[in-house]
Amino acid sequence: MDLLADANKQIADAETLAALSALETDLLGKRSAIARSKAALGELAPEERKHAGRELNETRAAIEAALRSRRAELEEIERSAQLEAERLDLTELRPRRTRGHLHLVTQATDDLVDTFVGLGFTVAEGPEVETDWYNFGALNFPPGHPARNMYDTLYVDLGEPESTLLRTHTSPVQVRIMEQQPPPIYAVMPGRCFRRDTTDANHLPNFHQIEGLVVDHGITFGDLAGTLDAFIKAFYGGDIQTRLRPSYFPFTEPSAEMDITCVFCRGAGCKTCGRTGWLELGGCGMVHPNVLTNVGIDPEVWSGFAFGFGIERMTLMRHGVDDIRELISNDVRFLRQF
Amino acid sequence: MKIPRSWLREHVPEDLALAELVALLGELGTPVESVREVGEGLDGVVVARVADIGAIKGADKIRVVQVDAGGDDLVQVVCGAWNFEVGDLVPLATVGTVLPGEFAIGRRKMKGVESHGMLCAPDELGLEGDHSGILVLPTGLEPGVPFAEAMGITRDVVLELEVNANRPDAMSVVGVARDLAARLGLPFSLPEAKVPDPVGERRPTIVNEASDVCGRFVGQVLGGVAVGPSPAWIASRLALAGMRPINNVVDASNYVMLELGIPNHTYDLARLPGGGLRVRHARDGEVLVTLDDVERRLTAEDVVIADGEDTPVGIAGVMGGASSEIGDDTTEVLLEAAWWKPIAIARTSKRLNLRSEASARFEKGTDWTMIDLAVRRFAQLLGAVPAGPAVDVGGQLPDRAPVRLRVDRVNDLLGTSLAREAIAAYLDPIGFAATPDGDDLAVALPPWRLDSATEIDVIEEVARMHGYHAIERTVPRSPNAGGLTPYQRDRRLVRQILAGEGLLESWTTTFLSGAQIERCHLDLGDTVTVTNPLVAGEDRLRPSLLPGLLASIAYNESHRQPGAALFEIGKTFRRPVAGMTLPDEREAVAVAVAGGDAGDAVTAWHGLVEGLFVADARLEAATAPGMHATRTARVVVDDVGIGFLGEVDPGVLAAAGISERVAWLELDLERLLSSNHGADQYRPISRYPSSDIDLAFEVDDAVPAGDVLRTLRRGSDLVVDAQLFDVYRGGQVAAGSRSLAYTVRLQADDRTLTDDEVAAARAALIAAVEGSHGAMLRG
Repeated sequence: MDLLADANKQIADAETLAALSALETDLLGKRSAIARSKAALGELAPEERKHAGRELNETRAAIEAALRSRRAELEEIERSAQLEAERLDLTELRPRRTRGHLHLVTQATDDLVDTFVGLGFTVAEGPEVETDWYNFGALNFPPGHPARNMYDTLYVDLGEPESTLLRTHTSPVQVRIMEQQPPPIYAVMPGRCFRRDTTDANHLPNFHQIEGLVVDHGITFGDLAGTLDAFIKAFYGGDIQTRLRPSYFPFTEPSAEMDITCVFCRGAGCKTCGRTGWLELGGCGMVHPNVLTNVGIDPEVWSGFAFGFGIERMTLMRHGVDDIRELISNDVRFLRQF
Repeated sequence: MKIPRSWLREHVPEDLALAELVALLGELGTPVESVREVGEGLDGVVVARVADIGAIKGADKIRVVQVDAGGDDLVQVVCGAWNFEVGDLVPLATVGTVLPGEFAIGRRKMKGVESHGMLCAPDELGLEGDHSGILVLPTGLEPGVPFAEAMGITRDVVLELEVNANRPDAMSVVGVARDLAARLGLPFSLPEAKVPDPVGERRPTIVNEASDVCGRFVGQVLGGVAVGPSPAWIASRLALAGMRPINNVVDASNYVMLELGIPNHTYDLARLPGGGLRVRHARDGEVLVTLDDVERRLTAEDVVIADGEDTPVGIAGVMGGASSEIGDDTTEVLLEAAWWKPIAIARTSKRLNLRSEASARFEKGTDWTMIDLAVRRFAQLLGAVPAGPAVDVGGQLPDRAPVRLRVDRVNDLLGTSLAREAIAAYLDPIGFAATPDGDDLAVALPPWRLDSATEIDVIEEVARMHGYHAIERTVPRSPNAGGLTPYQRDRRLVRQILAGEGLLESWTTTFLSGAQIERCHLDLGDTVTVTNPLVAGEDRLRPSLLPGLLASIAYNESHRQPGAALFEIGKTFRRPVAGMTLPDEREAVAVAVAGGDAGDAVTAWHGLVEGLFVADARLEAATAPGMHATRTARVVVDDVGIGFLGEVDPGVLAAAGISERVAWLELDLERLLSSNHGADQYRPISRYPSSDIDLAFEVDDAVPAGDVLRTLRRGSDLVVDAQLFDVYRGGQVAAGSRSLAYTVRLQADDRTLTDDEVAAARAALIAAVEGSHGAMLRG
């Protein structure tokens, strides 16, 4: 079996795929020893021919197998060499494009809105410059009513003096939505509001609120308390408690202020909550019958509740930002944090 | 409203733990804003007389003071305050005292000088006042007497309550006490105020010519008055309630107001010409100097109180005049206690921008039935004797017909199941006397709750007394599918697209100065102005997001953060279009890339086109205010201009203090999102091979490359894609032109294109471009 041993040695010695191809021709081609031996088979006696033929085929098959195996080896070596040549330190690479970020107020608004959408609420919006009627009159603040002093209103130079203003709350959207669609209404209304407040760590002259309105048959104060509780648990976590306290807004009655368990100390009492364990979140109440009447909804047939929360305040509380002015600094080091 | 707890307890015998009391007041709608415990930590503080003040070597802020604290020897203390002199009486915290806030006083040494105690500032004693100096005490006190005893300070708790506009009753001690008593089921009592019978028949002449505003006016002359300091207990109580004690007459008046919620006024009868009072509307332009020494100009809407010679001596319900003020020599006092119409007082107070303790009460509504007690209480507190009966003049009082309260309505609105008797039991103790009326209740409205006038007001009282916490919580089921509107969904997508472009979302203020707007070359005449801006000058509503975002870029540049890449979505305002009242208010989207160029604006725009699937969008060379004169394009969607992109005018950038180029895009978001956009029906992808052809044209510089591209895309039905891949100037290309090379992909849905078809399409595209744009195919 010199032929096979010799072939195996040559195959093992082939260092490249090209050399292996050339060797394949030498070993198995028309001019190879095998080919020649095959041609010479006819000269043998039949018995011998059968035996030699089988032996020759076996040798050929063995050589082919050796070639295949060596080719696979050489291909693997070549691939490895290629990959090695492409070696890269990925930590040298810089991102081709950095991802931008949504503003924290946007993120909070979307989260708030999505929570209410999950409760079956639609989302409405309205103008930021409003008439006195939508901001006050329709909401049961008659002209000259002292409750108007609760809001430091900014007026604009349109129409009669003090007839148009920058909305002091998102509540005008309540009126607009009730004018536009019949009950049942389940809606939230996020948006920018304005007050004549000096900018400091807790106040901005423009800020954002989210307003909620439900008008349906048989809506109760218990529904208000239950809905807000469900919302707060979804937004801040199930361990946060809510409580309502009597308060006053002309457009709701009974009116309430909502407190939640302090999200910093989880109710234990800390500096932020003045050691009470509670934080004041916003106002709410049953829609005042006069408001329903003003928009042509019969308060004897329908009832509803409304609420309004400051988005910045909720955002600052959620992320531990201690100065509201960060939100409008637009400092890229702040914007990239969220 | 600050209420000492001792005062409250005179009217309701509550004995709660302090925390319980605070919680209960919150549940009643009069939340406690602060709690101050007074008289705590005063053991060991004594009255001391300053005997000597000396310098300390090497110290210029502190001095050594010897005080006489009643002992045999003087006491030496080191003190850092300079507001007292030898002979002054001051509080001394002796060694061993533990002042409020667990502040222990020990023997100390400062600059080598021993200090045996501390002279105290008011705040260190838990008193009203600041830390600017030592509390200098009134003369006449004995050194060594315990400070608390000398000052009549007993242990007390001052509760500061927040009072809402609908709680006139809570502007008085008795009102808060009544509410507490009702909730706790305890008895409530008013002061008895026994006064001796009048010693004479002095009746002041009182005329009410403004009975539309003045519902009741009571006047009484009190004689035998000696003006001087109030008894310590009155002065101390007023001080705790936050009012400065002045003299016995003024203090008694204030005491009555705080206790009963009835503001009242005292005149020195000797300084009141004519000796009587006349209530009338002011004359337009009439002038009066009020107690605060400010001249007030009045209108016919205001009501004044005039003297017997018709000279105004006070603005009704707001503030008295200076001319008849009580003085040290006053011996006869005319007391006024009246009821004024709330809305009238609110208007006058607002227009004059003059708010007083009296106006704060009158504008919420006072209790006219309490006036008699108030008059007696004043005389009692002053220890004065009436010189005649009270003169009582009437006017128009509010109509307080009982309200019908439907039991079902209460339960339907609150979600409760209260029986009629339970409701009545809640209402009776707070003065809403309820009597059965069929299945329902007839409820009387108390005069101290003028805010309450209708059934819903009474329902709120039921809820308050029942306790909001006691109402079972339920969650209604919305019959609607919740969700965002298409516009709101698309706006979120716009934000995601721009964030995906690497931009940081910002929000800038709505308010700009005129100068900021003009620096951006925007039309100041088209802006809406705030008539009462908080910051003078920052009075314009932004007509564009440009000034705000440039300010943000400048801010970042000045904080070593160049290259800020920002976007914003927000409302912009222009003056109303014809026939409208409200401004032309539009939501805009803007992109600003510092250190970028017009290419960044184009990239952002293409991100929006692709992300929103805008069907028909193109850019047209244009100029726009504030933008780079030769690097600006109008964004046209569905053949309507919706904004501009390119770069900001370098002059505008320089004026904003920005040193980098700034790429800029600003679009009317409402128009963008109302355009034809969005992925629509599936278009099958052809299974047949495509053919790519490259075409280069020599095109005049004035012809936008984008126009040529649009022509190619529309030049044959077989075009499935076309892109610009090279722009070349110079060489063989004529000056004023450039070579634009496009690659166009041809494909049919139903067959493999033949060479002839490809050739025909190619010829058609060349003809279209050459014909429409005066271009020439390059060899």
